[in-house]
Amino acid sequence: MKEEFNIISNLIEENTRVLDVGCGNGDLMKFLQENKTKDIRGLEISKEKVQNCLSKGLTVIEGNAESDLKQFPKSSFDYVILSQTLQAFLNPELVINELLKVGKKVIVTIPNFGYWRVRLQLLFKGTMPVTENLPHEWYNTPNLHMCTIKDFYNFCSTKNIKIYKSIALKKSRISEINKSNLNYKNLDSHLGIFLIES
Amino acid sequence: MNKNIDTKKIIISNPLKLDCGKEINNFPIAYETYGELNSEKSNAILVFHALTGDQYVSGKNPITNKDGWWSYVVGENKPIDTNKFFVICANVIGGCMGSYGPSTINESTGKQIGTDFPIITINDIVNAQYELIKYLEIEKLFAVVGGSMGGMQVLQFVANFPDKAKLAIPIACTSSHSAQNIAFNELGRQAIMADSKWENGFYSNYKLNPDKGLAVARMAAHITYLSEKGLQEKFGRKLQDRDSLRYGFEADFQIESYLRYQGSVFVDRFDANSYLYITRAMDYFDLSKQYKGNLSDAFKKTKTKFFVISFTSDWLYPTSENREIVIALNSIGADVGFVEIESDKGHDSFLLEVPSFLNTLGDYINSTYKIINERRI
Repeated sequence: MKEEFNIISNLIEENTRVLDVGCGNGDLMKFLQENKTKDIRGLEISKEKVQNCLSKGLTVIEGNAESDLKQFPKSSFDYVILSQTLQAFLNPELVINELLKVGKKVIVTIPNFGYWRVRLQLLFKGTMPVTENLPHEWYNTPNLHMCTIKDFYNFCSTKNIKIYKSIALKKSRISEINKSNLNYKNLDSHLGIFLIES
Repeated sequence: MNKNIDTKKIIISNPLKLDCGKEINNFPIAYETYGELNSEKSNAILVFHALTGDQYVSGKNPITNKDGWWSYVVGENKPIDTNKFFVICANVIGGCMGSYGPSTINESTGKQIGTDFPIITINDIVNAQYELIKYLEIEKLFAVVGGSMGGMQVLQFVANFPDKAKLAIPIACTSSHSAQNIAFNELGRQAIMADSKWENGFYSNYKLNPDKGLAVARMAAHITYLSEKGLQEKFGRKLQDRDSLRYGFEADFQIESYLRYQGSVFVDRFDANSYLYITRAMDYFDLSKQYKGNLSDAFKKTKTKFFVISFTSDWLYPTSENREIVIALNSIGADVGFVEIESDKGHDSFLLEVPSFLNTLGDYINSTYKIINERRI
């Protein structure tokens, strides 16, 4: 978690306007507030988590990214962050489009379904993968649209979304993803972090 | 009702131009305060009361001898902690707890003003209370807070005085009174006016009181403050002090008895004309219309932080209407938080013991107070 927060924080310029979509209990918001910018908002679907955020004095709105991002004007945030939640939406493509409208830049992080540990489980055990990063069973997972680093990379190029920066994370090892090492990073990383723009 | 109430009161000498075109001056505003104002005057919270509330937010209400109407929220070690904050609440104009209203005695005639009282609006109500803030010499409030009609006043206050509050918390309210709400208010008014003792509003001249009409108004309104589920769980079809139906029109059911009781205690503490005037003020409330149909424009000039709260079972001021306020604020990039609290207690949730509401509100106010003071905005 901490590594991911650091990477996200390093992608953000100081004193900018940030929206954290699916902000959970506000840990990332708190982290960024202490390190980068005071001007940060959150959107979260769970009442309980929204209440936790508000109790900490964080500015969070209860809402659903698929329907409630519309209320924010175009380019009203310098950065919009979607941390490890893209796979949980009914329509991830629509959400990405909304994020790209609301934010000048968008940071998306995805748990990589192409990670070798994940692949091995399906290959050898023949069951849906359960890992530290993907702890749910197939019958109770909130993840509807799992994807790999390569999937997201290809998605961006098909949809003409500019990738400013793409970073792979394995345990605490950080590396850049590019066209030539894509297949390898897709196999060897548990998390992908993308800074994109429409 | 003005029973020689020993209440804090100031006389506003500045003329106040009302929306109806009339002007009032030298009129009283009754208020109460709790806690102490700190030396920087940075800990003041103005609480706005709802339709039938009054200035007695906390502690014992000296008129009813019951707990103040927001005792769950305001008081020592409560979400709005009076050990820390200086809480102010004024009786709205049009009210009957000492502020200028239809039951105020006209000194030239020695009689109650009755329906000669001018029609007032939420805007007028808020402008009158601003005079109290000036009198108390508070340059900037830490917060303005209120539920229901109190929430409408919060919105109007920030629109009228964009730099006078750091934080605004409108709860279970709307920016524009809906047809359904106007309909229920009209039902209440018609019940009062249909009472033969109303005498066109001059009942006090005849030593009368349209208490039957007022009680019916209260009974109808009370239903709107609850939820279907809450009613069913609390009362169901339970009978009142009897084992079987009596085949008559007495209160066979507990719910009937409960409503009759609510009606009867209400008439002892509330003036029928005040009920007419204040419900009218609520019906006339349409903040977006004041800004040519664009609610966002009401908040364009303000840097005030907002926290909007609604309740799942509130069908009188439903989440959708509270969300409209949030959407209007977001569309201009204002600083707004929002949560819908889970509760079966209907619109009344904001007045009752709903732990997730009380905890979130208290924690939010305290952390925001800390953050704002650290930043010295």
